[in-house]
Amino acid sequence: MGEKRKIALTVNGKRYEEQEVEVRVTLADFVRHQLGLTGTHLGCEHGVCGACTILFDGRSARSCLMLAVQADGHDLLTVEGIAPSLDELHPLQQAFHEHHGLQCGFCTPGILTTLIEFLRDNPDPTEQEVRIAISGNLCRCTGYQNIVIATLAAAKKLQTGAAQSS
Amino acid sequence: MKPPPFSYHDPKTVAETIELLGRLENAKLLAGGQSLMPMLNMRFVLPDHIIDLNLVQGLSYIRENNGAIEIGAMTRQRDLEFSDVLRAQFPIMHEALLQVGHRQTRNRGTIGGSLCHLDPAAELVSLATGYDATVIVVGPNGQRELPFAEFPVAYMTPAIEPNEVVTAVRFPRWASDHTYAFIEFSRRHGDFAITSAAVLMQIDARGKIARASVTIGGMGTAPTRARELEQSITGQAPSPELFRDACESCRKLEAIDDIHAPASYRQHLAAVLSRRALEKAHAREGQRH
Repeated sequence: MGEKRKIALTVNGKRYEEQEVEVRVTLADFVRHQLGLTGTHLGCEHGVCGACTILFDGRSARSCLMLAVQADGHDLLTVEGIAPSLDELHPLQQAFHEHHGLQCGFCTPGILTTLIEFLRDNPDPTEQEVRIAISGNLCRCTGYQNIVIATLAAAKKLQTGAAQSS
Repeated sequence: MKPPPFSYHDPKTVAETIELLGRLENAKLLAGGQSLMPMLNMRFVLPDHIIDLNLVQGLSYIRENNGAIEIGAMTRQRDLEFSDVLRAQFPIMHEALLQVGHRQTRNRGTIGGSLCHLDPAAELVSLATGYDATVIVVGPNGQRELPFAEFPVAYMTPAIEPNEVVTAVRFPRWASDHTYAFIEFSRRHGDFAITSAAVLMQIDARGKIARASVTIGGMGTAPTRARELEQSITGQAPSPELFRDACESCRKLEAIDDIHAPASYRQHLAAVLSRRALEKAHAREGQRH
């Protein structure tokens, strides 16, 4: 085994202390194998497919292009942390369900995390903007159309929700 | 694949970084990781040491300074994209950045990392070429400044010594009423450009082109200035005919053949994209009046 370090980080609101990790391990492998959060998928492992996208301090990032040691002291959100509770989906997940935005589901975690950040920055996007936002996420089922429809529907719902709660 | 074993170092200062570079054999600097990490994962590089720059203080900033804009090497592409100062004074940066990878990669990728990786198709490398930027390099003997024209020494090889680190890049400002355009051709949004054209243009009170900078990216071993084109339009009144005829000279630029496109196709794109970029810049100028 190679050189190791101890790191502490927060993932989906849960604090992980004293995590011993080999320095060459990617953040994606750490999250999957050491924390057991296998919702983060690995497609290409060179930053092209977007399946491993997580939110790193609130910003989307390819977790295959980061080292786990770089996450020391940081705050992560993975697909497991998106839903508000075990029996309730996030409006974006609900919209994917309703509009058949999932096919095989492999790319879904990366697309959801990407879109969480996107809709936060741009709550009322055009279809073209949605397409550009997911241009870094490859869907091997090529089911982009329903992903776009679901995202636009979720944006509407999130806006209505935000209007009602304010 | 997975990165090969290496030792990991996370210095907090530039001085500490240079000390490590001087002491460690076969070390690689890790900036935003959007190029080095794929190369590690695919084992295209096998360093014994990784020196992570992400905790080095004072390398992330956008500063106005004596008619120039200085950008710290570890400034994320995202921060450049959302900078009001750059939007106002350096608008081509925003247009170019929207074509740099994707949001997920711009959130991590840095300007210094992109310049040092020196991909001939990289948008930020084209901008540094087009602006005649100055690279600030620090080594054991202190700081030196390098004109960007002297920065690429070979394909993806910057003119920095193994014990030096790029800390910043300085872009001279163009007059506030300059116009610009950045256009690239790629198969999908966010892919590496097969060829790109970056135009900066200053039109004087008589309606003549007082100054022009045209950079073609993705063609040769590094982005190149289309000098013949720049000279043939300077002093002229912009028109579709002028641009069409002048851009033909871009077909003579040196180009590479690879799996994505033959050299002749890149040369064709250089002529077409430079014309479109000049027309877009000119149209943009017209909208202001």
